[in-house]
Amino acid sequence: MKLVYFAWVRERVGKPEETVDVPAGVTTVAELAGWLATRGEEYAYAFENPDVVRAAIDKRHVRPDTPIAGAAEIAFFPPMTGG
Amino acid sequence: MDCPVTVRVQAEDFDLAAEVAALTRGRTDVGAVVTFAGLCRGEAGTLAALELEHYPGMAEEEMGRVARQAAERWPLQGVTAIHRHGRIAPGENIVLVVTASAHRAAAFAAAEFLMDYLKTEAPFWKKEHRADGTSGGWVEAKEADDRAKERWT
Repeated sequence: MKLVYFAWVRERVGKPEETVDVPAGVTTVAELAGWLATRGEEYAYAFENPDVVRAAIDKRHVRPDTPIAGAAEIAFFPPMTGG
Repeated sequence: MDCPVTVRVQAEDFDLAAEVAALTRGRTDVGAVVTFAGLCRGEAGTLAALELEHYPGMAEEEMGRVARQAAERWPLQGVTAIHRHGRIAPGENIVLVVTASAHRAAAFAAAEFLMDYLKTEAPFWKKEHRADGTSGGWVEAKEADDRAKERWT
């Protein structure tokens, strides 16, 4: 599964994107963020406050309880500050 | 009603007058055009530039979705939304919204709606570069922007 990161989530993780094998049992966006947070210090830092990090599946905003099955690309990013 | 929707995400500047002209050229049914341009503030000389990061593809999709929502909600004759990315210096343009309608109420409301949604839904993030050479960090999202959006629901 392809993961992409933006803004300070990208900086904390230390890379803009990666492809990961998500373990069985990780089925929602929130569970994915929780699993990522266990992958090392940089991930723990990026996902230290899971309520703040937003997500998109295949370029659409999703809520934490959204299933990740079938997703081609999942993005994690801070609240948006454009405009 | 057929309402042309134009959405662009670009590094280069935009020309406000040209974008207005593109919506009104050859038409005699447009009675009101509202434009909103968002510019980079210098913060009293402390800011060297803003860096606008975006999610390519999703940024265009979200802006298009919001623009089409506006066109469904108000009787518009044209909508244009342009958002820049990359490094933007104080005084430069960041974002443009243009709405055209027969009457001003729809054009004003749709422009405000578009900006309220773009600020909270379009995947852009601002990072500050300070005039003293340090990074000012990422701009934090404002609760006031969320509240501004909620008034339309």
